[in-house]
Amino acid sequence: MRNEQELLRTELRWAAFVLLGITILLVVIIGTGLAFSIHPPSHHEYIDPKTLHLSEEFTEANLGTRVAADGSVTTRIVATQFAFLPQCIAVPQNQRVTFRFATPDVIHGILIAHTNVNTMIMPGYVSQVSATFPKAGDTIMPCHEFCGLGHSEMWAVVRVVPPADWHPDAQGRVSCAKS
Amino acid sequence: MPKVERLTLAHLWVAFAAFFLAAILGVWQMWVRSPIPAPLATPHNYFLSLTAHGTTMAYVVTTFFAMGFGYFVAQTALARPLPAPGLAWVGFWLAILGVIMAVVPIALGDASVLYTFYPPLTASVWYYLGLVLVVVGSWLWAGLMIAAMTAWKRENPGRPVPLAMYATVANAILWLWTTVGVAAELLFQVIPAAMGWTQTIDTGLSRTLFSWTLHAIVYFWLIPAYIAFYTLLPQAAGGRLYSDTMGRLTFIFFLLYSLPVGLHHLFMDPEHSASFKFLQMLLTAFVTLPTLLTVFTITASLEIAGRLRGGRGLFGWIAALPWERPMVLATGLALVMLGFGGFGGIINMSYGMNAMVHNTSWVTAHFHLILGGSVVIMYFAIAYEIWPKLTGRMPMSVRPIRLQLWTWFIGMMVTTLPWHWLGILGQPRRVSTFNYSDPMVIGWSHYVLISLAGAVILLFSAALLIWNLATLYRGAATADRQVGYALAVHPPQRVPAALNGFGLWNALVLVLMAAAYGYPIGQFFLHDSPQALIHHVDLER
Repeated sequence: MRNEQELLRTELRWAAFVLLGITILLVVIIGTGLAFSIHPPSHHEYIDPKTLHLSEEFTEANLGTRVAADGSVTTRIVATQFAFLPQCIAVPQNQRVTFRFATPDVIHGILIAHTNVNTMIMPGYVSQVSATFPKAGDTIMPCHEFCGLGHSEMWAVVRVVPPADWHPDAQGRVSCAKS
Repeated sequence: MPKVERLTLAHLWVAFAAFFLAAILGVWQMWVRSPIPAPLATPHNYFLSLTAHGTTMAYVVTTFFAMGFGYFVAQTALARPLPAPGLAWVGFWLAILGVIMAVVPIALGDASVLYTFYPPLTASVWYYLGLVLVVVGSWLWAGLMIAAMTAWKRENPGRPVPLAMYATVANAILWLWTTVGVAAELLFQVIPAAMGWTQTIDTGLSRTLFSWTLHAIVYFWLIPAYIAFYTLLPQAAGGRLYSDTMGRLTFIFFLLYSLPVGLHHLFMDPEHSASFKFLQMLLTAFVTLPTLLTVFTITASLEIAGRLRGGRGLFGWIAALPWERPMVLATGLALVMLGFGGFGGIINMSYGMNAMVHNTSWVTAHFHLILGGSVVIMYFAIAYEIWPKLTGRMPMSVRPIRLQLWTWFIGMMVTTLPWHWLGILGQPRRVSTFNYSDPMVIGWSHYVLISLAGAVILLFSAALLIWNLATLYRGAATADRQVGYALAVHPPQRVPAALNGFGLWNALVLVLMAAAYGYPIGQFFLHDSPQALIHHVDLER
């Protein structure tokens, strides 16, 4: 059997190897995060859940997708036990879309399948994420956080509309029904 | 002596009986999620079952196992009677009372909030009070572990605390730190709401407090498995522990780095800024350190055993190992599952990649491989190892024991590998039923069916575990009641005070926690953060 010093040397060599591995891992994570500007949704914005329906932004008439005068696309969605308003969200293909979510009741969350769009939706906060959709067609946007017995029914669709079919109305609004 | 053996057996039997019942629920849940129509499949029943499964596996099985095994180690590794065994029984019965108080409202459907609570959803107050009692029972255990080590050190001045006990006390101290977060959430926020004293709750604060507990609790579950790796496995394999010091450092690293990292569970949350998420991601990366050090030490210890048994060459020692022994086999299988689960975990903690998998079946796969895989298979191995010492009877045959370990491993792999893929496809967790007629969902069905098959294998294995433990009472009597804790290649004569106690490390935990959680928790008091209305699930029926 080898002496204690030799054992210690093998362990230190392994520890150095492991630390190198962890460092490489962190460099890759930080590097890709900076290069592709990937950040977890950390948009720290308060909104009172008790008066959400009275807020200017999240009243029923203002929900869904809207193209602003400067051409930017924003979609506003309310997540509530046990539905999304609206249930189908039209977004343009190959254009940056900003999603803004809020809830008047309990914790919800969403993901859009096959994309990096994923956020919790907490009573008291506006959750904001943005994404570009390169492929036209429908994809699912289920509620991914337990919100009560009807949770499994809370399931929305994101419809990615090709430029030829993308026709905002006079106020800049686009809905699934009209595209 | 027989009294302490009864104490250990009582804890372990509660753990494994609860484990078997929760495994039945798990299979049924998998069935409900599959395209095959399941009996009694209503949302009410599904979320009741999911709450029972999670609460049992995460809080009952693990806590009772850690307590029972801790009492066993304190008695055998220190070779002295447990201080105040009466208090240990008080802790046991408090925890039993707590389990009953929690299970009754779950069974009535008055506590379907899942084991992670999700306020402003609010369950029957009995559910939370029951869990508080389980934790209070475990605090008594933690105090007794510290008292046992302190008494031994007084009687043996200057001598190193045996590694098995040092690690057990590390876990007891980790557990005390861990439970602070959830205890604060329950006592100051959730229970006042459940009692009807408050009408609103700060959900950002409650999630942050829960995150304090949520990662470190995993290491509380895991440390008994690591104790077996370091102190029981080398002996079972016929070798020596490569390094006692590395063992001590590993358990110290667990104490330091499993706490200030909980915010990685909240990467997708809107109530925290990117900077603290980033800081805790960096700290999370260092949680891999103790596990990777352990992999080295354990592999080196096994190599010693393999070479002593005549194994030659670069890999020949692996074949020479006594794989027929349950402890050796279980360790091999545990390390494979830890590998898959660990790599999945590194993806989860990656600041950028978390968005692809957060709250999908991927995460369910990750923690089933860790807790349901590596951790519990080592719980089985520990039980098979110490049962003969507790009952004084040898196993009649080792074959059903090996079959049980293999089927658990195969079942867990078959269940969780498809979950990873489903998670990447976007299948959310915690959903009771899917609309398989939806063209965007139909492609999931065969993966779900494979997982269901895996779950059936797991249920068979869980039943075989109970059968194996019961038949361990019927074997031939043995006089060999000595537990063989592994000797190190160079057994330590003296160790530095820092590696023989926890004072310095507790101070460091405090500093790390203040840095990592000071502002994330403090912000809810500094700013006028919004409150959410309480939603009572127990009044909705």
